[in-house]
This record gives sequence, structure tokens and C-alpha cells, in this order.
Amino acid sequence: MLRLDCLRSIYSELENSIVVTIMGAVAAELHSLGHRPNFFYLQHAMGLASSTGLGLALCLPEQRVIVVDGDGSLLMNLGSLSTMARYRPRKLIHVIFDNESLLSVGGFPTATSTGTDLEGIARAAGIPRVATVRSVENFKAAVADALQGNELTTIVAKVEATGPAGYVTDLALLENRFQFRRHIQSLKKG
Amino acid sequence: MPVSLTNSKVIYDALKECHIRLLSALPETWLVHLIRMADDDPEMILVRLAKEEEGVGISAGAHFAGAKSAMLMQNHGFLASINGIVSFAHLYKIPLLMLISYRGSFGERDPWQTQGGNVTEPVLRALGIPYSFLDSADAAKKRIQQAQTLAESSLQPVALLLMRDMMWEE
Repeated sequence: MLRLDCLRSIYSELENSIVVTIMGAVAAELHSLGHRPNFFYLQHAMGLASSTGLGLALCLPEQRVIVVDGDGSLLMNLGSLSTMARYRPRKLIHVIFDNESLLSVGGFPTATSTGTDLEGIARAAGIPRVATVRSVENFKAAVADALQGNELTTIVAKVEATGPAGYVTDLALLENRFQFRRHIQSLKKG
Repeated sequence: MPVSLTNSKVIYDALKECHIRLLSALPETWLVHLIRMADDDPEMILVRLAKEEEGVGISAGAHFAGAKSAMLMQNHGFLASINGIVSFAHLYKIPLLMLISYRGSFGERDPWQTQGGNVTEPVLRALGIPYSFLDSADAAKKRIQQAQTLAESSLQPVALLLMRDMMWEE
């Protein structure tokens, strides 16, 4: 299963949500499908995409927030799962693309390659809905379930350790950041 | 416990006057009253963290959402947050109001706090983070307002060091 195909399969859901992604392949691939002002790509600070999504979801409980995380990033901030589970915002969906690799720095294997089970960790942390998927069809269905479920959901999507040729996009970091915040403020006025 | 309830209330009331809606916190002795006040306040979103660096992401999310926030932590928690501060708050120009209890400084009896006390200000300076001190109730309210004003206008982290004379009664 390719991450790009997964992202494409839920692009229309992402278009209608507040989206926070991690750096590297995830950011570059979502950007390649078409940037939207409601997409924020956290191009560093590994581990904090989920915390950012939690902050957004707690302050905007009526808005759908989707965090697109990765195994390498989440392993740097596993405590985030326990904090998210503690406050469990109903409209927060946490997608983890698990390619068992730190792909963007050369493909070094992460602990999920030797058996660490992120779905199991998320469940044991107290996330109310968790799933692991291995096909685009099941991924799309899991996201649809999460949208229906109206409960904090973590979806681990096992994907191949392949990505785009490059990671730098033509969207400057600060341009993305100011556009994203301005867009969210416009949602509140609307 | 000789943590000053009176001065904790001064700080909490000042944060409320600054329209702080979200407080992230990791407990430490000097912060117990502040965290309880946040917990008892139905208007405040209190986020109890596993590690202080999470608070950088949570405050960034709050900022994107248009909510004012503050981080409550010990100086060792500040030290644990440095990558988040540099590669999120500085890189993306995120205002952070950080209230940091200054353990390990003059009067510290706990040996394990002392090394962190030595490096707190040098690290703040190395990171280019503007900081000031909360050492008496008289100046606290104004200084908290000033710190928040600077964080919001400069879009960067600003630190207030909570001093022993403010937080501890003995």
C-alpha cells in the first residue's frame, strides 16, 4: 500500500477538515495532491504534529481535525497518545502512516520494523477507537468509520517505505503558517 | 506545604485578565496551586502533559485556533522542550507564554534541582528568548501582561521565571 494512494483516497475528507501533517514524504505527497489553506505541514519538530492537532481540537471542538502522523515522528512523542486519550476530543482523527522507517533521512528502520505495535500502544494508552489497515480500500473505510464514529480515533496504515524524489515544496513555511491561521479564523467568523 | 497560595492566585488572576483560555502543565511542587486553580475553573482548558515539549505543539494549535494559551512548567521541563521551541515556535513564529518555575537557584535545598538552576538563564539567552522574573506579588500582574503582549506582538516565545521569593513561603 502506498501512502500517496491512501492520501488520494481521503483527499475530499481532508479538504473539509483542519489537517496537520508531519514533515518529509507525508507533507510533500499531500502538497502534490493539491495544497489547501486548511493544510498545515509541520516541517520539523518531530512528534509535535499530534500535539498541535490536540491543541486545535480542544480549542475548536466543532471542527473536524485530522492529524497525519508517521511511525518515526510518533515514536518520538509516545506520551502524546496518553495526553490525547486523556482529553479525547470527539472530532480528532489521528492517522499514522507506518512505513517502519525513517524514510526521509535515508530509510533507517524504526522499532515498528522489529515488532512495536502502534495500534496496541494507542489502545493501551486509552484511545477509544483504533485500527490497523493494510489496503487502500480498508484505509478509506476506516477513515469513513472514524468520521461517522464521532470519537477520537487512531488509524495505523501500514505503507511501503517509498516516497517522492524530494521534500521541499514551493510553499514557504511561514506562508503556510499564516495562511493556515487566517483560514481557521475565517471559519470561526463564517 | 509552603507554596504561596496568595501569590499563586495573583498569577492565576493575571493570566485570566490576559484572556488565557488554555493552560498546559506538568506538575511540580511550586505549581500545585496554579494547576488546581486551572482545574477548578470551568472556563479554562487545562491540558495535563506527559512531557513539557507537547505543550509547544498544543500552544501552537491553540494559536492557530485563535485562543490565547500559556505553558506552566519547571525549568527542567523547559530544558526538555528545547527542540520544540526551536523547530516549531521559533521556526514558525509561534507566540508562547512560558511560566517557568526557577528551581535550583538561591535557597534551593534539593540537590537534584541545582544543575538545572545553573543553566536555565544561559540557555534562555542562547536561544534568544526574552525573559523576566516574577519575584514579588506587586509587579507580577503587570509583568505577566507585558510578557504576553511581547509574545503576541513578536510572535515568539517569552519566558517568565517564577522565583522562590514569589512561590515559596518559609
